[in-house]
Amino acid sequence: MDAKKRYYLTYSKELVKEPLIYQVGRLFKVETNIRQASVSEDLGLVALELVGPEQEIDKAVEYFKEHGVKVEPIELGVIGE
Amino acid sequence: MGFVKSLKCRECGRDFPLEALHVCEYCFGPLEVDYNYDEIKKVITRELIESRGSNMWRYKELLPLEGDPTVGMQVGFTPLVKAGNLAKVLGVEELYIKNDAVNFPSLSFKDRVVSVAMSRAREMGFKVVSCASTGNLANSVAANAAACGMENYVFIPHNLERSKVLGTLVYGTHVVGIKGTYDEVNRLCSEIAGRYGWAFVNINIRPYYAEGSKAFGFEIAEQLGWKTPKHVVVPMAGGSLICKILKAFKEFEKVGLLDDPVETKVYGAQAAGCNPIVRAVKAGKELIEPVHPDTIAKSLAIGNPADGYYAARTMRETGGTGEDVTDQEILDAMKLLAETEGIFAETAGGVTLGAAKKLIENGVIPRDESIVLSITGNGLKTQEALEGNLVEPPVINANIADFEELVSRSGEKYKAAAKG
Repeated sequence: MDAKKRYYLTYSKELVKEPLIYQVGRLFKVETNIRQASVSEDLGLVALELVGPEQEIDKAVEYFKEHGVKVEPIELGVIGE
Repeated sequence: MGFVKSLKCRECGRDFPLEALHVCEYCFGPLEVDYNYDEIKKVITRELIESRGSNMWRYKELLPLEGDPTVGMQVGFTPLVKAGNLAKVLGVEELYIKNDAVNFPSLSFKDRVVSVAMSRAREMGFKVVSCASTGNLANSVAANAAACGMENYVFIPHNLERSKVLGTLVYGTHVVGIKGTYDEVNRLCSEIAGRYGWAFVNINIRPYYAEGSKAFGFEIAEQLGWKTPKHVVVPMAGGSLICKILKAFKEFEKVGLLDDPVETKVYGAQAAGCNPIVRAVKAGKELIEPVHPDTIAKSLAIGNPADGYYAARTMRETGGTGEDVTDQEILDAMKLLAETEGIFAETAGGVTLGAAKKLIENGVIPRDESIVLSITGNGLKTQEALEGNLVEPPVINANIADFEELVSRSGEKYKAAAKG
């Protein structure tokens, strides 16, 4: 059964030009769905939904991390103190 | 019956039902509680509020419950102290300290958010309450849950300082240490919230939880005689409190409780060792770049603040700004506050006062207008920060000759004794 997970991706200046979301869709069995994005010249933030088998989502997240993208589950962003 | 309308996405404005939701299904933006202000305006008056008990529920029409609170009925209405001695030192005319260091029951402003979150969680039928925390939030959840008899779990990194663990364990809560970083604790909690159906106060109950902070702002305005200050300085961790204080002032204006329009400038304070929001504000940037925290102000050490964007916007829109202070400046400010006003604040209080001092000295905050400093937690919780920074007391034998010898050796320091 397919899982659906939501993440915030943070790209540094060096990564802003890399087509990493496209690559993830190509290399793994996941659908990528960008829900919100904000990109400036030195930082990129993307709210991304990934749909697919759990292991494939995990691989996609690993791929982002290996390429230097900070990956946080959406729920993470709300913890205080 | 409450006056809450719906949960509304702060980004796209879509409405959602009043459930345990915190993220917009469409754009992933944060959800916020929306009220029926026209109806509130019809019933709320200064007299009605003044006739109620001295706690934050005197503003219950503007808090997100359907019925009456069932947790933390005595929370809030902490002193707003006119700080004459400190004002003299800073060279300002009108200075106040909103002192949540004496909030009930756990001595921090977190009692406000937790009592709202837990009351709402019970309304929604949750049986278990939980949080991931390293400090004030854990204390508050554990204390309030104990008082209302709700089963509760607190998740912490396993290598946390002993004093913090004890300060939570004492309430009989289930404390679970997690082998991992704080980020990993948070991730696990998100999964637990989903799988076990528990109320995590700052995850799935977040929109209600955050509303509790407004009471801090309501009280400032009422205690100033139904006026808002010209300037308010607020410590920032996740960045929620600063937004909610302004929201509180605006709501009071909206429902007709203020004579004058809100013209408050809002200033955010952070430690230099964890200043992602201040850095963005100073650089004029919209996006908040995460940092790795390294500061003694542990309760503010959130490197990736959830509400950072909104906090920065609040400062910008009101004409305020952000300021940061070094660890030494934090300690100096903690001592200054204690020595001038008899208020022992936690390190976050040192951040607030230290930043305010800089803003005044740099001419950003004028000396002849009203200023409120937000003190959010008690110094007894972070005593270790002062270790080695205070002069140790002299030790003498139990006889008068030794004391007199001490007096003569101490000179001006023991003024009263020297005169005697």
